[in-house]
Amino acid sequence: MYTEKVMDHFRNPRNMGEISDADGVGTVGNPVCGDLMTIYIKVKDNRLEDIKFKTFGCGSAIATSSMITELAKGKTLEEGLQITRANVADSLGGLPAVKMHCSNLAADALHAAIEDYYKKQKATREVKK
Amino acid sequence: MDNAAGKPVDSQAVEAMLPYMKSSYGNPSSLHLFGQEAKRALEEARMKVAELIGAEKKDSVIFTSGATESNNLAIKGIAYRNKDRGTRILTSSVEHMSVVNPCKYLGTKGFETVFLSVDKYGFVDLESLEKELNDKTVLVTIVYANSEIGTIEPVKEISKRVHSKGAILHVDATAACGQIPISVKEEGIDLLTISSNDIYGPKGVGALYVGEGIRLEPLVHGGGQERGLRSGTENLPGIVGFGKAAEIAKRGLPSESKRLTKLRDRFIGGLLKPIPYSFLNGHPTLRLPDNVSVRYSFIEGESMLLSLGMMGVYASSGSACTAKTLEPSHVLLAIGLKHEEAHGSLMFTLGKQTTEEDVDYAISLMPSIVKRLREISPLTPKELPK
Repeated sequence: MYTEKVMDHFRNPRNMGEISDADGVGTVGNPVCGDLMTIYIKVKDNRLEDIKFKTFGCGSAIATSSMITELAKGKTLEEGLQITRANVADSLGGLPAVKMHCSNLAADALHAAIEDYYKKQKATREVKK
Repeated sequence: MDNAAGKPVDSQAVEAMLPYMKSSYGNPSSLHLFGQEAKRALEEARMKVAELIGAEKKDSVIFTSGATESNNLAIKGIAYRNKDRGTRILTSSVEHMSVVNPCKYLGTKGFETVFLSVDKYGFVDLESLEKELNDKTVLVTIVYANSEIGTIEPVKEISKRVHSKGAILHVDATAACGQIPISVKEEGIDLLTISSNDIYGPKGVGALYVGEGIRLEPLVHGGGQERGLRSGTENLPGIVGFGKAAEIAKRGLPSESKRLTKLRDRFIGGLLKPIPYSFLNGHPTLRLPDNVSVRYSFIEGESMLLSLGMMGVYASSGSACTAKTLEPSHVLLAIGLKHEEAHGSLMFTLGKQTTEEDVDYAISLMPSIVKRLREISPLTPKELPK
């Protein structure tokens, strides 16, 4: 049912864990639906210097989370925002049709983390003013 | 360890079937020698199936293509036959889809179907059964024992209440038959569904027991086979295999039931004891000997199945992620589990070929699988009490 690439990322997830002093955090999904993802990012010079994830969900939810951390690490924030759900699925050699919708949330989680970073930056600037 | 989904056919049943595909290929409806030979085999199989379920008359057994057809025939057959008398049907909220969907279908055809609630173990609430039973109720259809959580329903108690209101009782014994003793006569069952593959017979065969005086409309019209209730030339090889499987099941039931129960309890203990935040689904003792259904907090079922599969252990889950729909199992929700709890369920069903070594091996894998997935999950509390 799953590609070898998906199984590889499920077996050996990359960048799994939390960043305690993260610059941005994005959570999407819902345990009620069976999938919940949190992405933590550390930003330096407008680049995603570090990225980690935690996921509750099925095999493809874990694999997509792992894959997006690989795709995003080292990229600029603008490049990060351009990574799509389809990019993630393609990089994994495809996902079963039924999983495309429910567990392919990793791109959304990354975008949410970057938006969170922007929001925090804006808040900091306003405090400084 | 997913025997509820599919079982190997007993080799004696396979042997019994072979002549009816190669040399004795007659049609039981033919009057010549070939046909009569086939007819004898058909009736012998019918007798064996009747004996397994404690039916007094072999003619009360109608062969079908399997449990789904039997459930459909019972539910729609009774509803259509009795629609002048009443249009109310009661069932439980923990039925198989082949009961749920015919009931829902009838709901669109002018019938009224009520899904009775169950308690946390999955037992049908007898009080609400009594309350919902009225003069308009023609049929009550209840599962004998649940295939997902193993809970065995109080069939005799249900039967008393149903009959006191003059309604007909259909029982879906697909999961229970062959595992625990069933007697349609003693338990007051009017219609009973059983499946061949669930008792180690071939797939594509089943039966519906139709008690004396119970009339129903056929779903399949044609040449009038099976007392006119299921037309079409009988699947003789399948039926002969089913009959053989029934004979073997009846003979082996007391010892196999005991063996599986012991194995089941060893399995449940081994899956729950070493792991915090783990729970049993269903009743601890009033459950099918083959059923092991547990759940682990903070993690999801499919990722457990994948992890077990990598180690050569195959199980199943009530999580939506393993289903065609995006909803978790309606049975797990009906016993009061939250969605996220239902997602974390794991089900093993044991079989004849399951050994103590198999069970111990699966037990040995779970702690590290659960630990790893809990490390990945954001729902896991920082400190997990031992």
